[in-house]
Amino acid sequence: MKSIIVDDEASARAIVKELCRKIPEMEVRAEFPNALEALKFLKNDEVDLIFLDIHMPKLTGIDFIETLQNPPKIVLTTSDKNFAIEAYEYPFIVDYLVKPITPERFEKCITRLEGAFEKDDLNSQLGGGTHGQEEELYINIDRRLIKLKLRDILLIEAKGDYIEIQTNDKRYRVHSTLKKIKEKLPESRFLQIHRSFIINFTQIVDIQDNSVLIERNVIPISRSNRPELMQRLNLL
Amino acid sequence: MERPNLDYIKEISGGNEEFEKRFLTIIQNEFPKEKSDYLENLQQENLEESAKIVHKIKHKLGILGLQEGYRLAIKYEEDLKFGNTNLEKDFQEILHTVEEFIVKIA
Repeated sequence: MKSIIVDDEASARAIVKELCRKIPEMEVRAEFPNALEALKFLKNDEVDLIFLDIHMPKLTGIDFIETLQNPPKIVLTTSDKNFAIEAYEYPFIVDYLVKPITPERFEKCITRLEGAFEKDDLNSQLGGGTHGQEEELYINIDRRLIKLKLRDILLIEAKGDYIEIQTNDKRYRVHSTLKKIKEKLPESRFLQIHRSFIINFTQIVDIQDNSVLIERNVIPISRSNRPELMQRLNLL
Repeated sequence: MERPNLDYIKEISGGNEEFEKRFLTIIQNEFPKEKSDYLENLQQENLEESAKIVHKIKHKLGILGLQEGYRLAIKYEEDLKFGNTNLEKDFQEILHTVEEFIVKIA
């Protein structure tokens, strides 16, 4: 993975660089104290990944993202915990690291990145562009391929040898597993919160104790999945 | 009052002493500049800019293991955005503690 680090704090850049140094497949090509210098670099060089601080003077991380024509994968780094949902609105943002970044959390981020790159490879082998593939999903029902828009999917429930996909207005029963469909869904929007449920977490209405409300569906959250869900929420 | 420590830096370095030295030099250069920018903006009552610098300093408090200081900085940063400087003195004490620590490890 060829990467660059963009952060106005030298100490923050040094930490990310040191964490990257321990990942054999990671190559930090350059580091920049502001987004403008990074933009200049990207005019002539391609990278697979950008570690990007959000809060920078002049051009913020989000401004920077908006100017990128063909964004690579991006991992946001910030000391602001209240940003997660906004961050995941961009499909190429793979993860969101709160500073100071711990080695354990960084390892998790690398695993996520590997998954995201593998998904891209799979999509390109299937002949589709990443973005197109991520926006829709075809399901096989009675020998018919039905197109579902990912944004319309509210949740997926495991039911024995089947899964049930709940959209805004319909419920589809498909012969598949949660594991299989999870591989097809972008992590930027979907999260497994229970061994029997994957949810589109942008559709959450509210969260109470150990359950989430999506439309009128009350979905249990397992104890082990709760921390990741909470981490992705834009908590006040 | 809690004291700064190098636990996090050692955890990141995994025993890489060269990194530890280099990193501490960065902190020793970066922190005084941020502190002076913060004080200057505060003096000029430019609280929005002060909040942005507190945001950066907050990260360093976390790096140096000042958990209470980190939490106070979160609150202070938000307060400053709304023109509230009530935590100024408490934050100043934290800055002083960090400054002393940085001088000690130099």
